[in-house]
Amino acid sequence: MHVPDGFLDVPTSVATGVVAVAGLGLALRGARRELDDRTAPMAGLVATFVFATQMLNFPVGAGTSGHLLGGALAAVLVGPWTGLLCVSVVLIVQSLLFADGGITALGTNITLMGIVGVLVGWAVFRGLQIVLPKSLALVPPIAAVAALVSVPVASLAFVGLYAVGGTAPIPLESLATAMLGWHTLIGIGEALITGLVVGSVTAVRPDLVYGARRTLRARELEIRVTQGAPG
Amino acid sequence: MRTRTLIITGTLVALLLAGVVSFYASESPDGLNRVAEDQGISATEKEHAARNSPLAGYDAEGIDNDRFSGGVAGVAGAAIVLVLAGGLAYAVRRRDNHVTDSENRPVRAGEH
Repeated sequence: MHVPDGFLDVPTSVATGVVAVAGLGLALRGARRELDDRTAPMAGLVATFVFATQMLNFPVGAGTSGHLLGGALAAVLVGPWTGLLCVSVVLIVQSLLFADGGITALGTNITLMGIVGVLVGWAVFRGLQIVLPKSLALVPPIAAVAALVSVPVASLAFVGLYAVGGTAPIPLESLATAMLGWHTLIGIGEALITGLVVGSVTAVRPDLVYGARRTLRARELEIRVTQGAPG
Repeated sequence: MRTRTLIITGTLVALLLAGVVSFYASESPDGLNRVAEDQGISATEKEHAARNSPLAGYDAEGIDNDRFSGGVAGVAGAAIVLVLAGGLAYAVRRRDNHVTDSENRPVRAGEH
């Protein structure tokens, strides 16, 4: 979903640039609460994995492909603020070195795939986690659902930006329908990859999965109640 | 699994995906590009300012073999992202809670 230069007009691109800079500023502060000596290497790994996986376009229908956006994945693994930093680093490297995603559209892409992707992914994940029983086994499927929702919402956010500052006069309704259709299919791929990766890390080191912390705390409490407080 | 083992394994998987598996990725336009083509947005696309970058288009400059060129570009990109994101994470991390137990495991506030 990398927006190239020219799709959106200059004022809209400047506005999304301001939003992106503000979001990154908040993320730099927020990530401090999420990162310590133990979790900092995870952030590097998550960003690297998102970059690698974004190269893997999978077919979603006749002559069309999609790839992982990674917002929900990063948010669940390393926390939403750190996740936003990870996705943003990927988008900046892709734009400046790989000519993937316009340079004047960098703010737009950080806003769409970073801020919207992470925010929606994390909100759906936490929302479901609050409603459903606190269980470690539920973390990967909930992350998958969050990923599934995040992609079509990000595509609608693009339509919203296009409504404000699109450079071609096209009917918004058909743009929204087409974007939503393809990105719902891409969202299924996003959900599968996110569920698989979160499931793999949860299986070996649940304590390193940011979104699993609350379920682990609940579990620790249970053990203490049945076996008595240690030492 | 030790944290170090997890990080190294994960990084190797990422390098494998970027360096080798990426060759088999679909070359069809992605969802946004498909819609842009269908709806007549593509014509407004401007040339990319970084189109002459040695890694532009996920192909390493100067390597003729497609598979090798894409693989090198993928590995280079993954390495750059690892250094930048990892460095950023280390720079902003908390450094105040160095409380550890007798086996040098970190102890959370309130547990000691």
